[in-house]
Amino acid sequence: MHVAVIMKQVPDLVEELEVDPGGKLLDRSWLRFIPSEYDEHALEQALLVKEEFGGTVDVFAVDIGEPDEMLYTALAKGADRAFKITGEFDYGLNNHTLADVYLPFLKREPYEMILNGVQAIDDIDGPIGPILATKLGLPYVGVVSGMKPDPSTGTVHLRKEYPRGVLAEFRVAMPVFIGIQAAMKPPRYVPIARIQKAMRAGGIVEVAAEAPLETAQQVVGFDVERMYKPEAGRGAEMIEGSPEEIAERIFQILNENGLVR
Amino acid sequence: MNKHIIVIAEHMEGALADITFEMLGKAREIADAVSGSVTVVVLGKDLEPFVRKLGLADTVLLVEHDALAEYVPETYAQALATLLLERNPWLVFFGATSMGLDISTLVASRTNMPFLAMAKNVTADGSVVVTSQIYGGKMFLDAVVTTFPAVISILPGAFKADAGMAEKETAVERIAPSLAESEIRTRFEQLVHPEAGDVDITQFPLLVSVGRGIQNKENLAVFEDLAEKCRSAVAASRPVVDQGWLPMTRQVGRSGAIVKPKAYLAFGISGAPEHVEGMKNAELIIAVNTDKNAPIFSVAHYGAVEDAMDVAQALAEKISGAQQ
Ligand SMILES: Cc1cc2nc3c(=O)[nH]c(=O)nc-3n(C[C@H](O)[C@H](O)[C@H](O)COP(=O)(O)OP(=O)(O)OC[C@H]3O[C@@H](n4cnc5c(N)ncnc54)[C@H](O)[C@@H]3O)c2cc1C
Ligand SMILES: Nc1ncnc2c1ncn2[C@@H]1O[C@H](COP(=O)(O)O)[C@@H](O)[C@H]1O
Repeated sequence: MHVAVIMKQVPDLVEELEVDPGGKLLDRSWLRFIPSEYDEHALEQALLVKEEFGGTVDVFAVDIGEPDEMLYTALAKGADRAFKITGEFDYGLNNHTLADVYLPFLKREPYEMILNGVQAIDDIDGPIGPILATKLGLPYVGVVSGMKPDPSTGTVHLRKEYPRGVLAEFRVAMPVFIGIQAAMKPPRYVPIARIQKAMRAGGIVEVAAEAPLETAQQVVGFDVERMYKPEAGRGAEMIEGSPEEIAERIFQILNENGLVR
Repeated sequence: MNKHIIVIAEHMEGALADITFEMLGKAREIADAVSGSVTVVVLGKDLEPFVRKLGLADTVLLVEHDALAEYVPETYAQALATLLLERNPWLVFFGATSMGLDISTLVASRTNMPFLAMAKNVTADGSVVVTSQIYGGKMFLDAVVTTFPAVISILPGAFKADAGMAEKETAVERIAPSLAESEIRTRFEQLVHPEAGDVDITQFPLLVSVGRGIQNKENLAVFEDLAEKCRSAVAASRPVVDQGWLPMTRQVGRSGAIVKPKAYLAFGISGAPEHVEGMKNAELIIAVNTDKNAPIFSVAHYGAVEDAMDVAQALAEKISGAQQ
């Protein structure tokens, strides 16, 4: 099975986010980047497929944020090749442009499956999966949390999540584009030493973007006017004090509502 | 320009999803303000029973076909793309749901219509402005639509479902979809319902709910203990379930349970829109989170910026003390 995984870096929400002085983008000077959570699940799922069926896993990322560590980690986990697509990327919001950047690289190889995270926290113009699937002419299923390829029939059996724990099962002819919600096992841990070893060995393939990048900052068909933080704690009455004092107040509130005695 | 809003209905196992009414109510409000019109498009089979529930629409367009009997992203996207190109709408609303997440972007891509995701609000006071909630709920973004038709995906819970419910007579149109069935590579097989779990979290008046902020599986014991002391159960956000710390039956949110307890204690849960969808209607929400900017504090009634384990432990002790 020849599998491609598309991964991207997104701002770490654990850090405080600030709006750039222009008022339309995040202020990059404070951002810390991490791999998008669902992309990590997509990588894990691809590695599970490789372990069961053999084949190769290629990982692609554009040079936004800090992709090197993410790509070396993917190699240390068992990916075969890691491609970093370089170019004049300013951190933008536009997956349509990113899709055009990935397109030639994905077309060049006969991938049977292309996986990525079903969504990322900055997908303002929609998840990249359906955009790329359309450009590639591939069927797409997203919010997938289980899969079983059947190489003998050239199909893959997929489980898609619906509300209230209901799953829908599909069978799709490969090649297929899949938006992963969760891998069938939690993403594997890889010791730092193995990542460092991958770094020393090099092995990231740098390739230059071929698509024009002028729309990277703007969503086509929309003008972004303003980005802003929601008012912190709007609505909530904040309880101050030590953990004991907070617990005391919560107890009081629950007690008033007849929920604890 | 004819300001025609098309709402793509969502339904499953014979029932329209709330998101359909949430979008319809908003579409009606906007259409009335701009002298526009609203069409609800329903894809599937045997759709007649839905019509009278969609009374707020000017037209209900039923697109019936055996191949549409079950939601299949590829088939639905194909049918909808052709239809939207023929109807030349002004705005198209999809739900940002597990189904809508696939087809909204597929359809926008196929038709080359601009697309904006995760809308929390849409206003049409002069220009059309979409407010999207991004970065896990930590930022809002206002965007003005400059090219029509435009496709917008609406976050569940952004608008009131009640505002979209009216049982009245409406015009009904029935069309056969144009489908190139031989091109469809995706086959629906079946729906799998979850097996009944150890506990049904929708049945508890009080829920102790934990998120990734509890750090590790070992810390669960603190919350299990607290839940036991207040005759409650431990619910969770998605990462806790994805890590295998708790079974899927405990998950609250878009893919999990929708809960409406009297009180919901959220420990170490950031309050991403997909989680909030499942618990926003709890009568009382109390959140404990170390990040003062966590979006959960925007839906909570009470909040505390503190370590989840410390507060849970202190609360469990307080309850034990009171019970003696
Ligand atoms: C299609 C789709 C469906 C989804 N369905 C669901 C769903 O059904 N349910 C769901 O929950 N999510 C769902 N999600 C995921 C959702 O987007 C979020 O990723 C998820 O809700 C985040 O969970 P969390 O709040 O536990 O984790 P995080 O967002 O990582 O938040 C952890 C929080 O803990 C706080 N914290 C850290 N340490 C401490 C401490 N010591 N004490 C107190 N607080 C601390 C942090 O400040 C942070 O706010 C879905 C996503 C998609 C794309
Ligand atoms: N088509 C599928 N999609 C997702 N998960 C599957 C699928 N088939 C089997 N599984 C899961 O894979 C594991 C092994 O399945 P099996 O090989 O069928 O015994 C079980 O946990 C199944 O739930």
